[in-house]
Amino acid sequence: MDKENVKRLISDMGAHDCVECGKCTTVCPVTRFNPEFAPRLVVVKALAGEDMDLSKDSDIWVCNTCEMCNNMCPYEVDYSGFIRGMRGEARREGHEPDCTQGGLLHAMMRIMANSDLPQKRLDWIADGLKVAEKGDVFLFVGCLPQMDAIFEDRNLNLVETARSAVRIMNHIGIEPVVSPKEKCCGHDLNWAGDEKNLIKLMNHNVQVIKDSGAKTVVFTCPECLRTFDLDYQDFLGDFEFEMVHISEFIARAIEEGKLKFPENISISTTFHDSCRLGRHLGLYDEPRRVLAEIPSVELVELEKNREAATCCGVSGFMSCNSISKVMQMEKMQDAKRTGADVLVTPCPKCRIHLDCSTRDETPVDKGLVDIPIMDFTVLVDLALRGELQIPDVQDKEAEKEAEKTE
Amino acid sequence: MTEAMAPAKEEGFQPSILAFCCNWCSYAGADLAGVSRLQYPVNVKVLRVMCSGRVDPYFVMRALELGADGVLITGCEIGDCHYISGNVKAKERFERLSKLLDQIGIGSERIRLEWISASDGIKFAELMEEFTEHITNLGPSPLKGSATGGV
Repeated sequence: MDKENVKRLISDMGAHDCVECGKCTTVCPVTRFNPEFAPRLVVVKALAGEDMDLSKDSDIWVCNTCEMCNNMCPYEVDYSGFIRGMRGEARREGHEPDCTQGGLLHAMMRIMANSDLPQKRLDWIADGLKVAEKGDVFLFVGCLPQMDAIFEDRNLNLVETARSAVRIMNHIGIEPVVSPKEKCCGHDLNWAGDEKNLIKLMNHNVQVIKDSGAKTVVFTCPECLRTFDLDYQDFLGDFEFEMVHISEFIARAIEEGKLKFPENISISTTFHDSCRLGRHLGLYDEPRRVLAEIPSVELVELEKNREAATCCGVSGFMSCNSISKVMQMEKMQDAKRTGADVLVTPCPKCRIHLDCSTRDETPVDKGLVDIPIMDFTVLVDLALRGELQIPDVQDKEAEKEAEKTE
Repeated sequence: MTEAMAPAKEEGFQPSILAFCCNWCSYAGADLAGVSRLQYPVNVKVLRVMCSGRVDPYFVMRALELGADGVLITGCEIGDCHYISGNVKAKERFERLSKLLDQIGIGSERIRLEWISASDGIKFAELMEEFTEHITNLGPSPLKGSATGGV
């Protein structure tokens, strides 16, 4: 372990300001179900310095990096930044996280970082979608097509999010730039402590955007936005282009009077604040403003919303375990209790994880968690076309039975 | 790009190929090929697993990441799996992985799934011959030499 690095991490984190009030531990979603982990102890161990080699500690991989603790801390100690830094140290020492999907996603990202293969990134573009090669607005699609291939058996149709984003933009007369040269943003590698490959991906992606001449980059995925806005700019200084989440983009278009929603069937929704969009980037109002603007859509808040929103259970495709499952069940039960027709999430990964949690047998009664999950961008697009409908809760068990009998 | 790095069908290119063989059928097939003294290219490195269902897509991806030119996954014929449905799972995973490889530009032609029964020593040797030739024609993996460690 590089002691200088760790010293720097500790002072960057602001650990010396900690007054050991323990507020971080009281709000930590992991601590609630895994009493062995506590954010406060992470600080204490860090300050204990040389005697405690945190890079060997499992604590740094258990954390979900949801930033509940950062948000609660009255002295603004940056827990998640410290955890990320320590993961880098741990990796240098040869310690590795338990990745979900066996690490397939991380391998894919490393391959992208270290090669320039001709990718098929734009197969999702359907008839009637207008996109450009150069222009003012760049749509960063991220890994939606790849995720669709990896989770093909789950029929999530994640690329529909990208299609919807293009349709919304076309509606207000914008032809967004989409690029086949784009690579993964490196979010998951970054949180797995692989800074080297993050930097490679960063340099490539920033160059692709600069080459396109775009002034605004729109993201449908909060994780990509977080990585660009916070991590990339940390390395490279402020970018000349502006970075916005699709909800900000739509909210702005509504303000300017460019988007008018037709009548739809009335539908009640509840909104999941993903940790990257909410606590990391502070975007709580924009998606809500958009939902409020759609005439037939009603928003019922979850019991735990905004800063207090609970996590989808997994971050960066690492450490999916029984604790994640409990968190997911809690989230889904909370959503079902609101009585809303559909749970809206702005993050494709939250959608993957929450869908996964209810797919197989659940530890609680199925009737308590069977609320359909919908992507925010897709919902707005459907509303804009007047085709909004309540999606069926996939009867996953019946589906499985049908497969078996086949 | 220096001449030494130039890809494609250079003279004397010897591909490195990884073959996952299941303990109950295809590994026994490889064994039979051996005791029958059938000749097949030395480019193929056989790795025994208990079942083709054990082959996580990550294993294949990792092999490719580390510079393997081709990966073979072999198992029992459908219906013959020692663990009833391991090969069915292997097939599902293989299809998804093929799509992913096409998308990220490595190309699904570098991996293949084949069923070989324990009595198919000849089929095993022929397959190794044919797949090695196929990969030789494709040329070296575009990822050769780019591996950077990781998990």
